[in-house]
Amino acid sequence: MDLIEVFLTAGFWAAMVRIACPLILGTLGELICERAGVLNLGIEGIMTVGAMAGWMWVYQGGELWGGVAFAAVIGAACGLMHAGFTVYLGLSQHVAGIGLTMFASALSFFTFRMLLPSSTTPPKIQAFQPVDLGPLSDLPFLGEAFLRHTPMTYAAFIAVPVVIYVLFRTPLGLAVRMAGENPMAVEAQGIDVLAVRCGAVMAGSALMAVGGAYLTMSAFDAFYFGMVNGRGWICIALVIFASWRPGKALLGALLFAGLDALQVRAQQFAGGLVPYQFFLMLPYVLSIAAMVVMARRARYPKALLVPFRRGERH
Amino acid sequence: MTFELREHTPVWLAVAAPVAAVAVSLLLCSVLILWTGQPVLNAYRLLVGGAFGSGFGIAETLTRATPLILTGLAAAVAFRARFWNIGAEGQLYCGALAATWLGTGMIDLPPLLLIPLLFLGGAVAGGTALLLPALLKLRLKVDEVVTTLLLNFVILLLVSFLLEGPWKDPMSLGWPQAVPIVDEGVLPVLLAKSRLHLGLLVGLAAALLLWAVMRWSIWGYEIRAVGHNPRAAAFFGIPVDLTMLRVALVSGGLAGMAGVGEVAGLKGYLTLDLSPGFGYAGIAVAMLAALHPLGVVLSAVFLAGIYVGADSMSRAVNIPTYIADVLVASSVLAVLVSLMLVRFRVRFR
Repeated sequence: MDLIEVFLTAGFWAAMVRIACPLILGTLGELICERAGVLNLGIEGIMTVGAMAGWMWVYQGGELWGGVAFAAVIGAACGLMHAGFTVYLGLSQHVAGIGLTMFASALSFFTFRMLLPSSTTPPKIQAFQPVDLGPLSDLPFLGEAFLRHTPMTYAAFIAVPVVIYVLFRTPLGLAVRMAGENPMAVEAQGIDVLAVRCGAVMAGSALMAVGGAYLTMSAFDAFYFGMVNGRGWICIALVIFASWRPGKALLGALLFAGLDALQVRAQQFAGGLVPYQFFLMLPYVLSIAAMVVMARRARYPKALLVPFRRGERH
Repeated sequence: MTFELREHTPVWLAVAAPVAAVAVSLLLCSVLILWTGQPVLNAYRLLVGGAFGSGFGIAETLTRATPLILTGLAAAVAFRARFWNIGAEGQLYCGALAATWLGTGMIDLPPLLLIPLLFLGGAVAGGTALLLPALLKLRLKVDEVVTTLLLNFVILLLVSFLLEGPWKDPMSLGWPQAVPIVDEGVLPVLLAKSRLHLGLLVGLAAALLLWAVMRWSIWGYEIRAVGHNPRAAAFFGIPVDLTMLRVALVSGGLAGMAGVGEVAGLKGYLTLDLSPGFGYAGIAVAMLAALHPLGVVLSAVFLAGIYVGADSMSRAVNIPTYIADVLVASSVLAVLVSLMLVRFRVRFR
């Protein structure tokens, strides 16, 4: 098989869409937090807890969409925790975020083990199934590549315009972006900066958790320890790559997912020449490379990492 | 509710705050223990007993604390300068790689020379691994949090490649592990019938040295100044970039030495499960110690005690070992809050 031929297979494009979804959701979530001025390094843990919570909801007999909602609620709760530490108490966003990642992952693993004490092979759930769009799904190539996905996949893609609309076309979005650029100006408008930041972190964290839930409820059908596997950190790199713009974040996630899907396929015919570990390294190396390329032009939200204390001059 | 900076902090408060924080997190985790259906006090008694209740337990705890002291110091010195090195896990493996490279028959030296060489090699490897993120941060303003985190995954895959490919021990019956360290390179055991090895003394010496450097030397002063306010530090003529590079080399070097200790002291050969997250736990160690080098020793022993104790507790009663990670993480968060309350006074109005 030739490398060019890979692009002509519908399976490649379908895989790209699948791989992109958790990244899109996680990146959007992180983007919302950072736009409001809060770095959320809890993302890796929040994605883990989302993956566990959503899956567990369904495993215990709940509805699939109920599981998604449950993951979002748990994610928002984690966001509230992070906001409590960083927004209200003004603690170091780096340290609190890493603490949150440790806490959320540990709690997910503990809960999983409590509810399923001894299972060597992870039990499975009936995950989201591809929706049949009738004749559209039967289209040659296009159908197989883009129109035979699960509802959650489409929801992830719909999330992008929704976030763009809310962030850039509504007063709420303006307040969120201003809280990350110039919180004093928000305060001057009589808007509660702390509440805006807290809300943004909660909403962003909910999206991250849903991104995690995508892994266990749509991409796979079981929960494994360490299944998030650095995707959260990659999302943080993608936010920088996207210069804090949701549209570019979608593009970045798709590009990244495409390279990841390509990597898996390249293993099949270059596996003999290059050890598979080097292919697995690619996503991480690419993320670093993307950051190196974009870092110079990166225009951080001005108040990112700066805690806001009412009545204090900056 | 507002926060006011305290003008001076009473000593009792600075000591009581972390203790209170740990107590709070123990209290929170007792909810989880209640969920398991075990009596809480008995569970904690088993945990403490497993970690510190016997000579064997104490030796195991100190063995577990050895890498944590070094990775804790690595995080503490970096965070002091606000250089966010989250890559101690990868740097630890780099140190282990260097020890394996140097210590498996490449050079023929007596133990007195080979063991220091292994630690030196590990430190150089760990420091080099952190040099790239540090240079990227200084030259190109690339965020070091993400680069150090992502490099962990890259380095682990590199180790995996070496262990399954060129460095695989042909005598290992198919397991991906490297050739054992030669006898001259194996760290001496400190206590008969235990696994406690020379690495502990290396860690203690490093903690003392780092404490002295941070407290009394110009380098230490510069590191603290850069951490407090890099612009002010630059204004006073402190070479900020150079200080950051120094911090990166020291931090990575300490983490690398942790890897040497694990390979040459504990396991004897490099495997892919050499470190069950010692690098990440080092961050928790440093935070619990409020970044104080001597405090790192105490908090490393405390954390190691939690891990060892939780292992023996979960063998005795049916509580998942992940309770240890929950305890550690919630302690970190609680200590963070408590340290903030030490610095600030809360005013309600």
